[in-house]
Formats: sequence, structure tokens, C-alpha cells
Amino acid sequence: MEITVTVNGTAHRVDVEPRLLLVHLLRERLRLTGTHVGCDTTSCGVCTVLLDGVPIKSCTFLAVQADGRDVQTVEGLLEGGQPSPIQAAFKQEHGLQCGFCTPAMLLATKALLADNPDPTEDEVRWALSGNLCRCTGYVNIVRAVRAAAATMRGPEEAPAPEPDRQGQEVSA
Amino acid sequence: MSETETPIRGLGHSVRRKEDDRFLRGRGNYVDDLQLPGMLHMALLRSPLAHARITAIDVEAAKAHPGVVAVVTGRDLDAHGLAWMPTLSGDTQAVLALDKVVFQGQEVAAVVAEDPYVASDALELIEVDYDPLPPVVDPYKALEPDAPLIREDKQGQTSNHINHWEKGDRGATERAFATADKVVRVETFYPRSHPAPLETCGCVADVDPATGKATIYMTSQAPHAHRTLFALVAGLPEQNIRIVSPDLGGGFGNKVPIYPGYVVATVASLLLGRPVKWVEDRTENLISTGFARDYHMTGEVALSGDGKILGLRSKVIADHGAFNAAAQPTKTPAGLFHIFTGSYDVPAAFCEVDAVYTNKAPGGIAYRCSFRVTEASFLIERLMQKAATELDVDPAELRRRNFIRPEQFPYHSVVGWVYDSGEYQRALDLALEQLGYEELRREQRERFARGELMGIGIASFTEVVGAGHGADYDIAGLRMFDSAELRVHPTGKAILKLGVKAQGQGHETTFAQIVAAELGIQPEDVAVMEGDTDNTPYGLGTYASRSTPVGGAATAMVARKLREKATRIAAHLLEVAEEDIEYAEGRFAVRGAPDRAKTIQDVAFAAYTNLPEGMEAGLEGVTYYDPPNMTFPFGTYCVVVDIDKGTGVWKVRKMVAVDDCGVRINPMIVEGQIHGGLAEGFAIAAMQQISFDEDGNCIGQNFTDYLLPTSWETPKFETHATVTPSPHHPIGAKGVGESATVGSPAAYVNAVLDALAPLGITNIDMPVTSDKVWTAMHEKGFV
Amino acid sequence: MLPPPFDYVAPRSLDEVLDLLAEHGDEAKVLAGGQSLIPVLKLRLGEPALLVDINRLDGLGDLAEDGGQLRVGALVRHRDAERSTLLRERYPTMAAAAPQVSDPLVRNLGTVCGSLAHADPAGDWGAVMLAVGAELIARSRGGSRAIAARDFFDGPFTTVLRPDELLVEVRVPARPRTGGAYLKLERKVGDFATAAVAVRVTMTDGRIGDAGIGLTAVGPSNLEATRAEAALAGAEPSDEAFREAAELAAEAASPSADTRGSAEYKRNVIRVFTERGLHQSVAMATAAGGV
Repeated sequence: MEITVTVNGTAHRVDVEPRLLLVHLLRERLRLTGTHVGCDTTSCGVCTVLLDGVPIKSCTFLAVQADGRDVQTVEGLLEGGQPSPIQAAFKQEHGLQCGFCTPAMLLATKALLADNPDPTEDEVRWALSGNLCRCTGYVNIVRAVRAAAATMRGPEEAPAPEPDRQGQEVSA
Repeated sequence: MSETETPIRGLGHSVRRKEDDRFLRGRGNYVDDLQLPGMLHMALLRSPLAHARITAIDVEAAKAHPGVVAVVTGRDLDAHGLAWMPTLSGDTQAVLALDKVVFQGQEVAAVVAEDPYVASDALELIEVDYDPLPPVVDPYKALEPDAPLIREDKQGQTSNHINHWEKGDRGATERAFATADKVVRVETFYPRSHPAPLETCGCVADVDPATGKATIYMTSQAPHAHRTLFALVAGLPEQNIRIVSPDLGGGFGNKVPIYPGYVVATVASLLLGRPVKWVEDRTENLISTGFARDYHMTGEVALSGDGKILGLRSKVIADHGAFNAAAQPTKTPAGLFHIFTGSYDVPAAFCEVDAVYTNKAPGGIAYRCSFRVTEASFLIERLMQKAATELDVDPAELRRRNFIRPEQFPYHSVVGWVYDSGEYQRALDLALEQLGYEELRREQRERFARGELMGIGIASFTEVVGAGHGADYDIAGLRMFDSAELRVHPTGKAILKLGVKAQGQGHETTFAQIVAAELGIQPEDVAVMEGDTDNTPYGLGTYASRSTPVGGAATAMVARKLREKATRIAAHLLEVAEEDIEYAEGRFAVRGAPDRAKTIQDVAFAAYTNLPEGMEAGLEGVTYYDPPNMTFPFGTYCVVVDIDKGTGVWKVRKMVAVDDCGVRINPMIVEGQIHGGLAEGFAIAAMQQISFDEDGNCIGQNFTDYLLPTSWETPKFETHATVTPSPHHPIGAKGVGESATVGSPAAYVNAVLDALAPLGITNIDMPVTSDKVWTAMHEKGFV
Repeated sequence: MLPPPFDYVAPRSLDEVLDLLAEHGDEAKVLAGGQSLIPVLKLRLGEPALLVDINRLDGLGDLAEDGGQLRVGALVRHRDAERSTLLRERYPTMAAAAPQVSDPLVRNLGTVCGSLAHADPAGDWGAVMLAVGAELIARSRGGSRAIAARDFFDGPFTTVLRPDELLVEVRVPARPRTGGAYLKLERKVGDFATAAVAVRVTMTDGRIGDAGIGLTAVGPSNLEATRAEAALAGAEPSDEAFREAAELAAEAASPSADTRGSAEYKRNVIRVFTERGLHQSVAMATAAGGV
């Protein structure tokens, strides 16, 4: 079947089998490998993309369903070639380790903050409860989301840049 | 140094990670991202039965399916002597099954096709005739004399017993128990779980038909060891094998073993002359790759009337699955289980472990276990909890009475460890203070009077990591040194090449910080390379928290080698004697005349342009570091839980973690490792298990049955640190990646059992699910 | 695993959809949210020849009140229900359940009607519709029929819908002075319920007028606790009445033992949640003059 899918602002006309999953269209046909596959039961969320701005699991969506629709992947998050505030916050707050769940977390965060510019910790944890992470224990992801939210609300709310963050320590 | 100069960001700085930039842009290079020209896709057919003879395999329909290039069976591999391969534990494992299958999910055949969807279709066209055999699922039953023999393929194997290992002084321990005022016993099962990194295992095998060079892009935590093993197994000359372990989406020990898929893909590429990609799906990952734990443990502690430990003993039945493929050092078949005396001064101890074959997937050493330290630590901390309850002593106080004291370090344990350093009391005190312990105990009493249940759990763990001294530690004979190669370029930047391999731990940043600390080159100016065996020095990889203790030490030592040469070059430039040069923070200054100095950048340039007569050009070196000892990170974790009597659901109200991993290279990254481990420990304590029904069907072969907690269930963690450097490590660091998975499960379980203790409930095995809690309360008539 | 081959069509009119269903019968499957269907296809647990994608149809996305009842169209997503002020104010059982369905990402695509037609015995919406006494509207080429929720489920993953029928809408009566709750025990977000209870209580003159209690994951399909409902009809809203009803609800459950717990445990959860749900619902119904 011939379909036209707009990905990160560019329209792609492709011929696909109906059974081709959207995640494979993105990864294999369009070579956008930032969207990942982590499970086979729609349980992990690392395949998250934004469909018309709404986060969905692209492993549980057919490419043909995306005909005529708008998809945003992690590759589309840069702003003028520079990291967006969300990406910058994840780096600043150490919100990633192996990076495998990160594209999904970034996109889910973007959708959350579009909806709710000032989420509480619990609201962040609730909104991201479809996105698994094995490395971070979620603590720094929550910090990153809230730091990004503050930055995006305006410069007066942006957290003061902290060159280093040290845990409390009792030295020998 | 003038005020306008930036300080050198070496040890102790929370430098933001260099590796983040590509991950944040979706430009990580994971194995499945790779596409090579002409690449084929491989899918594996797996056994639906746990124990059966294969009487026939018909692959003709699959071979004829459009888009299929080849179908490979065990017979095809056998013709090349490749149907079996050695494991990391000195056993053999079937690459593709020949005459029988011995676990559900075992690899039986492979389809190689132009497209993964086609490969999936063709799998369904392969017909296998199985003759079922009675499955052996219970390790105790496996040891009974009339149990079906699983490993009929092994010459001389007449039972399902694999090996017996013991450590300590049985006689002295028995005498200690004979004189004890109190003996406390715990029987507990540490269930089978799985590391389940979000990226599954896989490879792209590319054997170039023109050159014979095999480049295998592979999810590997130990690329050099894997290369050598590939050479030995596949008979390919080692100089013609290049393993490239690129970005890894988590490892946690899952990517240490060699899996049949890697071997079959490589053989397929060799025979077909095209690259072959094999990436397993999640079901395959959970049902067949290296599981963790599965230890049936009995522990006893002998105490005096005033709560002093007199002796400790343990007996373990270890379920290894159908092949012994556990990845631990050869001389310690039960890993480092003999750390089971933990943080305590134990005068007599003895442990014995019997490993058993069952009809389950092979493995055992994985999931941030530090080679069975998870099991040992859980056992001793459960024993301490139970002893405190039975002696009616506060659990923190019982620990205090028995901690190894600071003046006893280096501490020689009765089972042979030499603990390098520790301040257990201080960590415990800090944890209790941050928790508000006394207040919480008051609240607990008040709540119980109202019929409400809350509990406080403590675990004061000691880890042992950094394998290890070559004479004692080897994997498949390869000694467990590690390496670092450092080269400084004329413009003062550097490249550091390592034998370890990160899967998210931040080596590109932290190891650069070590160079910064030793040589004064800023971390952003030090490129760090890992994972490509053609371009890095030989190492044993990253697992068991060994990177910092061994690889980090190698890095510090090689940087110091360069610093010596740099000092001589600086002396030459400054026209003074070498002894008159003082080094600090990247500057080589004349003693007594600090303004007369050269920077490391000046020296680097000179190493290529202006050398003393007779000195070789360049500024580089390589160090292979053989650690003199292990390192012993430690800490105390405290958990507060509230239990809903109606449902048995327990929730963590507060968790305080105090960790001591010696000198902390990057506190932010250390904290991140702790968060991750505490979350995994919570998962293990609360919801994770791979179990089997009586037919050997695996329950837990996808994420709907094998549960990973989300951001919603995962508790909020408060972390703190103490710093007790390792006296033998070049920078005093100890390793930290696994401390939290080692120490925290007992903290969670002890908290729930602390709440239930007044009801007379003394044990609930993990995972401590709500139904188990409710049922225990119900059986005691409380609900 | 990857899906097997199938044909796919995305019609633009309801008539076209109904024609296709009439022609292909059970060789065709309707694709709405796909959050239950696509996982089934990926595991090759089902291999339909044709997927009929209804997402391009107009007029099926209504979530609105109309003549004394709520209409939930076939393309109303769980997310729409979660965000609906109308539900929060006037259909509290539904509002309580919506955020607890699966996980946030699945809720963005999955549909209420799709979930009902899928009829997983651990599905949430079935219990809710039983508790609120909903009517399910099925359309075929031959016409339209209304099926009461209590007549709709026919066993695991089985409803009385014929292969040529499309579930186009669910209708829920508007009731004043009504409170509701959905208490769900799940091991983690996204897991199917260990056990769950949907409660609706409508008050009349300070007494319970009538109540609805639907159960999740404790039987071959969602169950209605009819004896508990009968005991509550006209009753004083007392602790005693709640306890008795909770016992009856637990008796109505027929759970199976599995990794989530024993049958006895699940029955206990039903009992505890029913009691709590009744407390919450009555409090809500009587608060500030009731809803």
C-alpha cells in the first residue's frame, strides 16, 4: 500500500505492507533509529513517538494507520540545531544512563509539559508510567522533567545553573 | 594558578556526561541500529517443551519460502563441529539442539532471510517432531536417585548434580554452634529473576569473504574475552576476529555470556558471505538468556546470650538450569558467596553449595549480583533481622554489637577475605539519623496499638568487587586484570582506550576524570574508547562492579607513567633537573619558583617537537593492572513501609540509602548508579520472579508476567554518602554499580517482616507480593 | 514476534464498514485503538485475513449527554474519558476507572468500545458498564440493536456481538445524587487487574435508591454482583449494609488462582474493595446535595 507519513516535518511517500509496524517504518525504511524496540507485549514504551502531538507506542501502531498523519520522533526535537530545554535538562540532571529509554522519555515529557507546564513530582511519575527505565530508578528523570518545566516557564523560573551537584558527604 | 583559570575537573566533580549528547539526539549506536549492505536477518526457532527428544526436523517448506536464504539445524552445525560450544563454567551448551531439548525456549533451528518479517513467517513452516520426556523442575527432586537424567550428552554424568563447593572451617563452626546460647535459622528462596536490560541481546556478524576477517558487532560486556572464545570455539584465527561492542542499552550481566544466536549468526555469515543480523525479541531474552539467582538457602547464626555472633553456616542448593553457563571466576563455582559473613566479626563460619541441573534456561550469575554477593548479603541480613526479633534486641543495636570495628581493618575474615577498609557504624548511624529512627519506632508502637501495620527494615551490607588478582581470579583461564592505554596528542588532548565496557555507567566521563586528576587534562579533552577489540587493549570487561577498581586503577597508573615522562620533558624545557620539578593540577613548576612552569599542553607539544636527547617521541603508555585485592564497598539502607491490611499491599513511605564506595570520581554518576540499583532491588523484593509450572513451562517470558516497576510504583529514594577510601587502590575508589541491588532487597523484605513480626510471621520469600502478605496475616487470624 | 500478513482497509463511511463485516464475517477484525488487537497479531494468537480500520469514520467520537443519557461513541479513547469534566461531574464511576486503564500511552489510542468488544475478563470498562447499567448499541447492515450490559458478555473474550456487527456506541443513563468508585488492585501500572470493583450508588431520600456493582478479573467475564445490589436497594447506608453487600459481592466472584494470588485472596480483595467503594460512593452522592 502507498502511504504518505510526515515525520519531523518531512513528508515521506512509501510503499508498505499493511502489517509493517510504525516503529519499523521509522527505523528500517526511514533510518531514524532513535526510536527503539524493547519488548513484544506493548509493555515498555521505548518505542514512543508523538502522533499529532500525542505520545503513542509505535510498536503497537501500523504504518498504514499513520497515512496522512504527523509523527515526531526524537530526531525532531532539536531547536535550530540545538538541544531543546528538555534535552538540556536531561543532561544537566543526569536523567539518562544507557540512553535506550531516553528518546521515549523526552517525547513523553514534551507531551506532558505541553499539557501541564508545572507538574508536581507525582504528576510527572503518573504521566511517565507507560515508559520503563532500568538504569536510573526514575529519580533523575523526574528531576530533569521538572527542571525543564521550570526553564520553559520562563527565565525567571529557570533553576540557577549548578556546575556540580554533590551528595551529602562525610569524609574520612 | 590564576583566578581566571578553571579548576581541573578531576575526582569529586559532578561533570555532566559527554556520552549524553548522542543519546539525547537519538544518535546512539546500538546493535540493532546497524544496517550493512547485503545484510540478512536471522530468526531462531525455539523448543516449546522443557524436556524432549527430537525425532525429526523438516525444514524444506521453510527453505522454499520466498525471501529465505538459508535454514540451519543442529545437524548442519555438527558437520562443522559447532553444534556444541563451551560455557564460561567449563561445561558445554548446545548451539542448536541435536537429539534432545532440555529447556523451554532452547534454540533448535535458524532461518536466515532477506527481511525479519519473512524470517518470522518461515519459522512457522519448520516442523519439529518432539517426543516428550518427564521434565525436571524442582532442584531437590532433580537430586533424587530416580530423577530423569538431563545431561545424557555428558560423558560420565550419571546424575543431575553439577558440583559441590565448600568454604570455611566446618569443625570449628560446629563447635561454635554447640556452645551457643541461641541459634537462629532462616530458610529462604532467592527466586530466579532476570536482568532484563531494555535492549535485548543481538549481533551483526560480518565475515568478509574476500579477507576472511570476521567483524562481529555484538551486545558484549566483555568483548576481548568474547573474541578469544570465538577464536577457540569457531576456529577462526584471532587476528581475523574483531568484536565491536557499540552502545549498549543496559547490561546488568545479561550481556556477559556467549549465546547460541551469536555463534549461528557468525557461521551463517561465514557460509553465506553476507552480513547476518540476529537480534532477539523480549520473549527470547527472558526465556533463554542468562537468568539470575535461583538459590535455595538455609542459614543459621549462633549467638551468645548478649547477641554476639559465635558462628555462621549455610547450605545452598543452586539451580543452574540445563547447562552450567554461570559466568563467574573459575576457582569460585559459587561465586563470592563466602562473603556471607557480611559486615560482621564472625569467629567461625562454613558454607556449602551444591549446583544442580534442571530443565530450565542456563545462567545464574547476572542482574548486578557481584558474583552471588546478592544472595550472600540477603541471607546474612535476613538472619540478623530474625535474630534481633528472636533475641528481642533492636535490629540496629544487634548490628552495632557485631560490626567489624574500624581498628580491625584490614580485616581477615575466617573464610579468607581481607576487607580493605570500612566504617560500618558510621554509615548505620547516618542512615538512622536521616531516617528519624527513634521517632519512627515510637510511631510504629502507637500504630500497632491501633491495629495498623508499619515496618522499618535495615540492611547493613558489605560488597566485594573488583575481580581481581590474577592468581585467584580468571574467567575461562583469562586472568582478571584490566587495562588502559593513554596517548596524548601534540595539541594537548588525549585518547584513552580501555579494556572495560560500559552499558550506561558513564565511563566516557568518569575515566576521563581520572586522567584529569592525574595529568591535568580536562575531561572534555580526553576521548574515551571502549568496546572495539582491534583498537583497545585486552581487558575482561564490565560486570561485577569491576571497572573502577581494576580499569580505573589501570587508568590512574598509566596516567602516572605519562606524568613521569612529562616531568622529564618539563625539566628539559625549563632547563632544570628532574628532581626540581613539582607537579600540580596540570602544571609542572620549578620548586621554589612557581612562575617558572610548563603546562601539560606545553609538554605534550614538546613530546613531538622538542625532546631531550635520546628520548623517544610521543607521550603514551599502556598499563595492565593486576589488583592486589578486592575492594569492599558498603553501606546501610533503611526502608519504612506501611501495609494495607485489607489487601496486603505494602508501600515504601521512606527510603534512606547511605553508600560508601570510597573515593567518588563523579558523585552525580555514583548517585545515579545507586538510584538504579535501589529500583532494581525493589523490583526483586516486590514483584519479580521467573517461575515454572510442573511441565517446565516458563512463567515470566514477557513483560506482562515478568514485571518491571514504572515510575509510579518505584519508591522515592534519599541518598547519602560516607567516604572511606580503599587503601590499596591508586585513587582510593571501590566500585559501586551493584551495591544497591546487593544491599536493598533485604532492606525492603526486613521492613515488611518487621511490620508483621508481632503477628508471629517470620519469613516471606521474595517476591513479597500482596497476596503472600495477606495470606500470612490471614493464617495468623489477624485479618 | 511480528504480525502475519493481512489485508487492510480504512473506509470512510459506516455503511462501507458494515458491508465489509457482512461480507467477511469472522475473517475480519475491527481496528479502532488497536491496543488489544495489534498485540494479539504480534504474538500470532489470531490471524484475521482483513483489518477494517474505523478511525476515518465521522460521528463516532462523541462523548456527550443527550436526552438524559451519556453517549460514548466507538472512537472515544480512554484518554478522552480521563479528561472529561462531564464524566467527573456526572458519571463518577466512569471517571474513577478511566485513569486506571492500562498505562497513559495505551490510553491515548485505546477506545472504550473497543475494550468492551474485546471482552477481556480482566478488562476495566466491562465492570464499569455493569455497575452503571449501560446499554450497548450494535449496528449491522440489517439495522441496530440495544444490548444491556448484563446481557453483553458471554465468556472470556466473547460477547453476543455477531461477526457482522459493529459496536458503535454505549449509552449510560444520567442519574442525580449518584456517587461512584473504581477500586483496582494491580501489581504495577499497566498490569491487568488482580481484582477490581466498580461501584455506583444512587441515593433516594437519604437511603440507597439503587446500586450497581461490577467485578473485574474474578470470573470468565466481567461479573455483576446482583445479590449484593439487591441487598443494597432501598437500604440504609450503614456500615452493616456495606459489609453485608461486600460479602455478597465476594461470593459472586469466581476467581482463579494464578501468580497474582489465590482464589481466596482475590475474593477477599473484592470484599474489601466493595466495602470501601460503597463508603466512597455514598459519601460522594450525599456530599453537598449530591451530584
